[in-house]
Amino acid sequence: MNPHDEHKEGIGGMANPRRYGIERVAYWLMRLTGLGLLGYFIAHIYETSNILRGRVGWEEFLDLTQTTEGHIFMTLVIGMCVFHTVNGIRIMLGHGGIGVGKPARPDYPYIPASQNSRHKIGIYSAIVLAAIAMMYGMAVMFGE
Amino acid sequence: MAQAYEIDEKKTPTSKTITLRIARFNPEHDSDTTFMDFSVNVEKWTTVLEAILDVKQHFDHSVAVRYSCRQATCGSCGMVINGKPRLACFTKVSELNSDTVTVEPMHNFPIIRDLAVRFDRLFNTHHKVKPYLIRDDSEITSNTTKELLQSPEELEQFIQFSNCIKCGLCNSACPTMATDSSFVGPQALAQAYRYVADSRDKGKDTRLKIIDESHGIWRCHFAGSCSQVCPKGVDPAMGIQFLRGYMLGFRS
Repeated sequence: MNPHDEHKEGIGGMANPRRYGIERVAYWLMRLTGLGLLGYFIAHIYETSNILRGRVGWEEFLDLTQTTEGHIFMTLVIGMCVFHTVNGIRIMLGHGGIGVGKPARPDYPYIPASQNSRHKIGIYSAIVLAAIAMMYGMAVMFGE
Repeated sequence: MAQAYEIDEKKTPTSKTITLRIARFNPEHDSDTTFMDFSVNVEKWTTVLEAILDVKQHFDHSVAVRYSCRQATCGSCGMVINGKPRLACFTKVSELNSDTVTVEPMHNFPIIRDLAVRFDRLFNTHHKVKPYLIRDDSEITSNTTKELLQSPEELEQFIQFSNCIKCGLCNSACPTMATDSSFVGPQALAQAYRYVADSRDKGKDTRLKIIDESHGIWRCHFAGSCSQVCPKGVDPAMGIQFLRGYMLGFRS
């Protein structure tokens, strides 16, 4: 089929976080962290299944998380987890129609009430909290 | 491949020359989009549509563009201007702060030619959500003199959403529509809310059932891009979240 038949923007357009402000960045991070956490979940199942190889096999695999690369990976997991949770709470409230403003006659320049400061604060809080949690995690893991 | 065109037009002291890049594509004989560059003189008040019409008048009359009212009322001239969906008649070249203005057809709409796109899907999804008052009785059809009274507070609940001009910018900006051709889209969902919130309407359950499908309201992830590009302040993202609030039991 000719791509112009649909002229969809595609994954590149969907994942482009640059054009529509912090809300689109949050949307992109939410998807990215969701996929990352799904990957971690699958890896975690694989990791814990190593217990079937006995104590030696289990400890061998666990040693992987004690390397520098393992610590960086775990730091990323902490960041993804915190951002996804905090931003997820914001989105869940929004999905219920909570905190998205009230309908009213719009006045030019038509600033959308649903993109209000409460949501922006929620997004920035999620990013800051994720950064703090990552720094704390790094301090604990690399400070050993 | 970009082609450049320029004419030696007399400039006024306040005018400025910009490069207008127009996406050209004719599905009948082109395999891909090409861009043609035109040097256009613009004033502080020149809109992108006027610049395109200038190109049609002086350089290439075959540039396909849909327009009508030139005052952001008809919703015909939606296009992607410097990467964002906007109305060409409602966007001044000067507000773009760029010497190069690139115009492309709206994303997520099939291209007819150049900047003109097909609206069939938007109108189909709009029609799908039953954009009219639904009543249990025959008050509207059998007795046209009967008034359905409404307080100003009740009017406030939906008046914002009735500003929709069906320009399609929201559907073009939507990240879900970028990958899902079957998604009902922010335009139709906002219109579903417009009638659900109308105190005269009795079709709430019918409409909620229509949008409660696999490619319906649940595909919206509240990115809010639809509301950011709306030229009439409709705020589709708000309407969609309110609709979901009804469905999740947060609103009654």
